[in-house]
Amino acid sequence: MPLLRCRGLRKEFGGHVVLDQLDLTVAEHQVVALIGASGSGKSTLLRCVNLLEEIDDGTIELDGEDISDPRVDPDRVRRRIGMVFQAYNLFPHLSVLDNITLAPRRVHRRGRAEAEAQARELLDRVGLGAKADAYPDRLSGGQQQRVAIVRALANSPRLMLLDEVTSALDPELVGEVLAMIRDLKADGMTMVLATHEMGFAREVADEVCFLDAGRVVESGPPEQVLGEPTQPRTRQFLRRIIEAGRL
Amino acid sequence: MTLLDHVPSETQLRRSAYRRRQTVHSVLVAAFSTAALGTLLVIAVTGAPGWDRVRLSFLDPQIARDALPAVLSGLWLNIRLLVCCAIGALLLGLVIAVLRTLRGPVFFPVRALAAGYTYTFRGLPLIIVLYLLTLGVPGLRLQGMPPVLVLGGIALVLTYGGYLAEVFRAGIESVHSSQLAAARSLGLTYRQTMRHVVLPQAVRRVAPPLLNDVVALQKDVGLVSLAGPIDAVRAAQIATAQTFNYTPYIVAGVLFVLLAIPLIAVTDWVTLRAARRQSGG
Ligand SMILES: Nc1ncnc2c1ncn2[C@@H]1O[C@H](COP(=O)(O)OP(=O)(O)OP(=O)(O)O)[C@@H](O)[C@H]1O
Ligand SMILES: [Mg+2]
Repeated sequence: MPLLRCRGLRKEFGGHVVLDQLDLTVAEHQVVALIGASGSGKSTLLRCVNLLEEIDDGTIELDGEDISDPRVDPDRVRRRIGMVFQAYNLFPHLSVLDNITLAPRRVHRRGRAEAEAQARELLDRVGLGAKADAYPDRLSGGQQQRVAIVRALANSPRLMLLDEVTSALDPELVGEVLAMIRDLKADGMTMVLATHEMGFAREVADEVCFLDAGRVVESGPPEQVLGEPTQPRTRQFLRRIIEAGRL
Repeated sequence: MTLLDHVPSETQLRRSAYRRRQTVHSVLVAAFSTAALGTLLVIAVTGAPGWDRVRLSFLDPQIARDALPAVLSGLWLNIRLLVCCAIGALLLGLVIAVLRTLRGPVFFPVRALAAGYTYTFRGLPLIIVLYLLTLGVPGLRLQGMPPVLVLGGIALVLTYGGYLAEVFRAGIESVHSSQLAAARSLGLTYRQTMRHVVLPQAVRRVAPPLLNDVVALQKDVGLVSLAGPIDAVRAAQIATAQTFNYTPYIVAGVLFVLLAIPLIAVTDWVTLRAARRQSGG
């Protein structure tokens, strides 16, 4: 059974169809990269999976449970899914440590000592142990994004959704965040990531999905989708990317 | 640390010396201009034709000394009322502001009531609310009616709660929706998101205007004297009526300013800190 299965997803914003008959299946321990032009619906798809947006048709199943059923408690679903945003979205009034322990303490009702020990261990592992007591505005963009990933991991999620986590970063800071995602993959984390980094998608993804106008136009192993795309739309998109020097 | 054994260069030493000289120079200029302006003011006021009469009826030291105890005991009432009403109004304002953010059809009546409250009490003059509560409510002759002072305090809390609710609401709305998305994505419930993510940021942002309203409240608490209780201004008025001398008002005024100084200083400090945070973030 796949960990995540989206079938016939539809999402409109005021009559404008953003996701249209979209299907996506993600097996456990699999990494799926979503690529596609700006506005193709990558972020919207991730937000729908995390129930931050209400879908207009179709179903989303997580671990075999239909989470798009309105009777499902969305808070309970989100505890099993970690989400990382393009703009980090750290809480500016909380220290790094408090950002990370907020959900374990309030949602999972862990004790402060236990939650902090776990947070410090996670921070140490990504080389940010010294920043535990700093506030987000004192960190570089790359450090903030790594803290945001740690914050999502502290919930021990089954699935991670990463929305263009490197596109707000200066080129020299991208590497440290990508290294962290590489480690997550090595640990067997299931991930769906929207990205503009084709090189990284090729390296880390088991499957690449090309989105266009709210549909998955082409999907498959990275060598195939990025190397020998069969669909004209995909070729066109990749050609533009190459011209922009991003492949 | 290299900071400790760093020897400043010749240029840096010259720059520091120049800055020191500039500082001394500025202090001297400031002192001179203040002294000049002060002298001018004193000459203008004391040289005015009516100065002697004004001094007798507004600045009589003996009358000031006699009026002080009564005015002080009135001021004590102001202080107690201020503390209670400020806490009450802040809590009420916060609750109303949060109620107005609740979504969903179940909460429609709550939202409507909260909105109706802020519209009503921001529009209604404080004096009318005071009269209604301190004169109208006791007229009902209900059992266990609280004293007039408490009723007056309730009038102040109701009126200022309306203003403060709007300030809190502005703060809540200024927290970007991406913060809510981040909190919800961690599995926090709406209440937890409000409590741990939105409100702390909102309150920090609107702390300066909130404190500003508390300073305004400090001047308005005296209005309860319209219903009988004797506050500092009313005490000064009584003393004035006895002596036909206005000095007690000056005494009350000075005491009010002294009381406001710490509050205003805190407001300025909080504002400055908020501004620094904004630019530093
Ligand atoms: N809350 C919203 N209200 C209205 N329209 C929206 C909203 N969110 C997204 N859209 C629209 O949906 C479309 C898809 O947006 P989405 O953010 O999913 O694209 P994307 O593939 O993530 O693009 P990018 O690569 O630039 O991040 C866009 O046309 C966008 O304008
Ligand atoms: Mg996006």
